[in-house]
Amino acid sequence: MSAVAMLPDAETERPLLKVSRLSHYYGARLGCRDVSLDVYPGEVVAVVGESGSGKTTLLNCLAGRLTPTAGSVEFRMRDGRLRSLFGLTEAERRLLARTDWGFVHQNPAEGLRMTVSAGANVGERLMAIGDRHYGTIRATALDWLARVEIAADRIDDEPRSFSGGMRQRLQIARNLVTRPRLVFMDEPTGGLDVSVQARLLDLLRQLVADLGLAAVVVTHDLAVARLLSDRMLVMKDGTVIEHGLTDRVLDDPREPYTQLLVSSILQV
Amino acid sequence: MATRIVVSGLSKSFVMHLQGGVQLPVVQGVDFSVDAGECVVLGGPSGAGKSSILKMVYGNYGADGGQILVRDGERLVDVASADPRRIVRLRQTTIGYVSQFLRVVPRVSALDVVAEPLVARGIDRALARSRARELLARLNVPERLYTLPPATFSGGEQQRVNVARGFVTDHPVLLLDEPTASLDAANRAVVVDLIREKKKQGVAMLGIFHDEEVRAAVADRVVDVMAFRAAA
Repeated sequence: MSAVAMLPDAETERPLLKVSRLSHYYGARLGCRDVSLDVYPGEVVAVVGESGSGKTTLLNCLAGRLTPTAGSVEFRMRDGRLRSLFGLTEAERRLLARTDWGFVHQNPAEGLRMTVSAGANVGERLMAIGDRHYGTIRATALDWLARVEIAADRIDDEPRSFSGGMRQRLQIARNLVTRPRLVFMDEPTGGLDVSVQARLLDLLRQLVADLGLAAVVVTHDLAVARLLSDRMLVMKDGTVIEHGLTDRVLDDPREPYTQLLVSSILQV
Repeated sequence: MATRIVVSGLSKSFVMHLQGGVQLPVVQGVDFSVDAGECVVLGGPSGAGKSSILKMVYGNYGADGGQILVRDGERLVDVASADPRRIVRLRQTTIGYVSQFLRVVPRVSALDVVAEPLVARGIDRALARSRARELLARLNVPERLYTLPPATFSGGEQQRVNVARGFVTDHPVLLLDEPTASLDAANRAVVVDLIREKKKQGVAMLGIFHDEEVRAAVADRVVDVMAFRAAA
């Protein structure tokens, strides 16, 4: 074995998203502080912590929805270059949000248009990236409704008439139809019944694997983090207190707060 | 035979912050190696740290000190210090693991639970399923269970699904945490055969077996974990 020299890993992969020393304050109040994080193509990173730990603030900064007070967020554009998110014009950022990103909100009503049909909710994203052929758009919408297990005969119904779980699945279809490279998810299974959660989690797992998506998932649910993510960050009082391989952080937590979180999971 | 795992100077303790920061030493100065085509068994009584060592080799537990070198193709990776993404890749291509209990994913069928590691390596889903089917059949899992999620299976059935999932790939390193604990004699014999086949294929295995008969049948060497007992 000694015949082989210890080589450093040739890191041929380059991060898709590069976050350096990011802080956000709401006036004098701390949102999140000094967070650094790289997200690579095809990996799922979970951000866990209790309410008020700063995880949603972080997510909103990463997705360009909040401007950080300090630090930088860079995204690798399709030309291979890293560009600072906040150096882009508003129009460029909006285009990016339509083409390369998805954002799945905890409350589907925030991510859907509730008064247009399910098919239009999915088709709209395709039109936003330049698809103009009605037949293709409808066929793709149908395909995506099937992938998220929504019956074809609901395509013309408005999401107002859908259950919570269906709305969430529709929101996922709307986000993934354009094959984004990076998806942000804010408590994607929050507020759903446990059985509905399981179905959604399974669906997300499969889609993430099949499409090779990179995702940043914010959740307070450690079981969701375990099922979906490769790596995780634990946040407390606005800072990242522990990070690493998901199963290691959960099975061998180092920090007092992480040990408390893990030991607080209810067993059934 | 090429050496696939070299563990040296490995140490581990747990600090229980919720119990006033009490430190529980587990092991120290762990040294051993595993060659291609051999099955090394970690021996010693319960609580000696066998499982912790196995979990450190998989990267599931962190190490306090020492090295865990695993051969990954032409290079060596130190699991004790590798970054998480490296470990994710290592598990995809090099290190397989059969845990004692199956961590069930809601709604995923037994067949897909077994096929998943192959699919993750880019193997066509239909082919992966057919290999999964063969292995489940060898382990005497009734065919009517293949399409069901294993959550409702008996302990022995779940363990066989777990064994199949671990043995379905051709990972050159396989870690076995009591793969026969809840199996009957017939299925224990199947697992012994599977381990022997892996040896012939040059797979390096590191395992924990409480069943003496199984241990005697598969172990090329026993590493006594009591020798690495950390002073309390």
